[in-house]
Amino acid sequence: MRRIISVLLENEPGALSRVVGLFSQRNYNIETLTVAPTEDETLSRLTVTTTGSDKVIEQITKQLNKLIEVVKLVDLTEGSHIERELMLVKLKATGSQRAEIKRTVDIFRGQIVDVTSSVYTVQLAGDSDKLDGFIQAVGTSGVLEVVRTGVSGIARGEKVLSL
Amino acid sequence: MELLSGADMLIRSLQDEGIEYIYGYPGGAALHIYDALFRQDKVKHILVRHEQAAVHMADGYARATGKPGTVLVTSGPGATNTITGIATAFMDSIPMVVLCGQVASTLIGEDAFQETDMIGVSRPVVKHNLSVRHPEEIPEVIRKAYYIASTGRPGPVVVDIPKDMTTPNERYEYVFPKKIKLRSYNPAIRGHAGQIKKAVDMLLAAKRPIIYAGGGVILGKASGQLTELVRMLGYPITNTLMGIGCYPASDKQHLGWLGMHGTYESNMAMHHSDLILCVGARFDDRVTNATEKFCPGARIVHIDIDPASISKTIDADVPIVGPVDAVLKEMITLVKESKEKPDADAIASWWKQIDEWRAFHGMRYETSPDVIKPQEVIEALCRLTKGEAFVTSDVGQHQMFAAQYYKFDKPNRWINSGGLGTMGFGLPAAMGVKLTHPDDEVLCITGEGSIQMNIQELSTCNQYNLPVKIINLNNQALGMVKQWQDMNYESRHSQSYMESLPDFIKLAEAYGHVGVRIDRKEDLETKLKEVLAMKDRLVFVDIYVDRFEHVYPMQVARGSMKDMWLSKTERV
Repeated sequence: MRRIISVLLENEPGALSRVVGLFSQRNYNIETLTVAPTEDETLSRLTVTTTGSDKVIEQITKQLNKLIEVVKLVDLTEGSHIERELMLVKLKATGSQRAEIKRTVDIFRGQIVDVTSSVYTVQLAGDSDKLDGFIQAVGTSGVLEVVRTGVSGIARGEKVLSL
Repeated sequence: MELLSGADMLIRSLQDEGIEYIYGYPGGAALHIYDALFRQDKVKHILVRHEQAAVHMADGYARATGKPGTVLVTSGPGATNTITGIATAFMDSIPMVVLCGQVASTLIGEDAFQETDMIGVSRPVVKHNLSVRHPEEIPEVIRKAYYIASTGRPGPVVVDIPKDMTTPNERYEYVFPKKIKLRSYNPAIRGHAGQIKKAVDMLLAAKRPIIYAGGGVILGKASGQLTELVRMLGYPITNTLMGIGCYPASDKQHLGWLGMHGTYESNMAMHHSDLILCVGARFDDRVTNATEKFCPGARIVHIDIDPASISKTIDADVPIVGPVDAVLKEMITLVKESKEKPDADAIASWWKQIDEWRAFHGMRYETSPDVIKPQEVIEALCRLTKGEAFVTSDVGQHQMFAAQYYKFDKPNRWINSGGLGTMGFGLPAAMGVKLTHPDDEVLCITGEGSIQMNIQELSTCNQYNLPVKIINLNNQALGMVKQWQDMNYESRHSQSYMESLPDFIKLAEAYGHVGVRIDRKEDLETKLKEVLAMKDRLVFVDIYVDRFEHVYPMQVARGSMKDMWLSKTERV
């Protein structure tokens, strides 16, 4: 099952490599990984999406917790949560395609953020399925380049992951 | 205010940390530190002949004393040579700090002479690693390193020290921090009271209980509590290879150790139990055999300081995260206070069954009128040293024979690389023990394969007068490899034969020691006595043992715990 694990990490050199190293060392999957400092500059927030049986996920969270620089973590998929991923995509846009692409972008609530006579650059945010859906809708033949940030997530409601 | 250079701060921090010995080897990036070491006499340095041996020596010291070991090496090859030693300590959770020189911070990343990314290289085999980014940080980094290495589930910590952090003419204020607190590292200090209560209720209600104890009991200094609880309950106890000595082997409640080469009775008792109390062990694959067939009727209580060890391979019904000594103490109190008592009839018939298993095999082996059996050597050594020696081993058949036939009544005396299985561990580990236990008998039980992996340390033994006794069970083959080839590869002995063995007697003498060869059965006991009488000499005892012997019992691969070979022809 797909899980989103959100980690508060000491913002120290080498801390990220320990997290990434742990996954390869213990044969766990990483599907996406995002990391950036938080409002507290001593801490980074890292979000990793992974798949595995419940037993594997339990080990992943325990092994992550064992890393000295991991301060706290939560498996967001255990409760209701919001997940977002940002995608920038360059699409071939000439002739009648231009209007069609514009309509599809509107339907997906994306934005065209750069334009040339033959190319649209589209920005789209949402959960991963929505981004996949957009690519499907415009058709892969017109896609020139795709950049995705990987998933970020936060719990719904009052729950917070902080010190 | 006291101003010190980074190098002096480092040595001073070691003094303030109470470090008696460091094991190491100098080199370019560590020279400022070695100079600081020279200008003091509180911390003693032992110069090894290969960095791997320095780590095993620190490891042997740590296992025998329960205190963290310390290693000092230079950058590049000095540092990478420590990796096998660090991985050995990591797998067996041994507290240790490895101080590595590094090229100057201004050169890092430029492929400078003797530069290696030691933080990166060591990462998968350390509990943690730290690098020094400013000389002023040194006392805190050192304190942190020892704190992390020796608390919670212990393990090795590497400290990477760029050369410009130790420059002699740059001085800073020296402040040794009294306490270290890390917001992201808080090892459990006691177990969950509700879980402990539940565990005690289950223990007292069990009909076929067994205690399964591991190295965590020794690391957690909880042998006393374990012994008290087990005696109070009157239940059978088995332990892992790493747990040997955590409960007296000569006690009738002790079934020997379990797993791949464990006793018949302990494996049978585990398989047929209805309750397993696991204390500081981790259901390793060399214990469980096929996990899906593991102890089908047993409920499992698992006590461990490391939550990640619980339900990793075998699911626990009652997990208890906490230090084993504190948890066992609470259990003892609860057992004492409880109105429930163990079911005497059920336990009596459980013991009757166990005693039948015991009588069935009893660690028998075939003897021969003229060939020396490796098991006989170990039994003789155990008799002659009254079971009180510190015994280190290398890895292979000799290790299993030593663990099976030497009876340890005390913890910290059986010292082996159980997790990583590192050949070459035995001699340097024995040296680390002998250094701090000069009046105790220290035996290194080894084989002609393993001993050659760190044989150069005979020179270190000469320099520091470390009269260990090296017992070389010489079967002229890589015995365990050969055994597997006999059992699984139709005796095709691919690369397991040790051709061109050195004359170990001359070799020992060349290093300034005594060499004794034993190849006649009738000489075994008398010659061993003579060897042990040479208190102040290192003696290399080269014993020609049966070349065809196998280690039994041996669990059948992919079977359950009760599926074992008991000899070359008997399978149960």
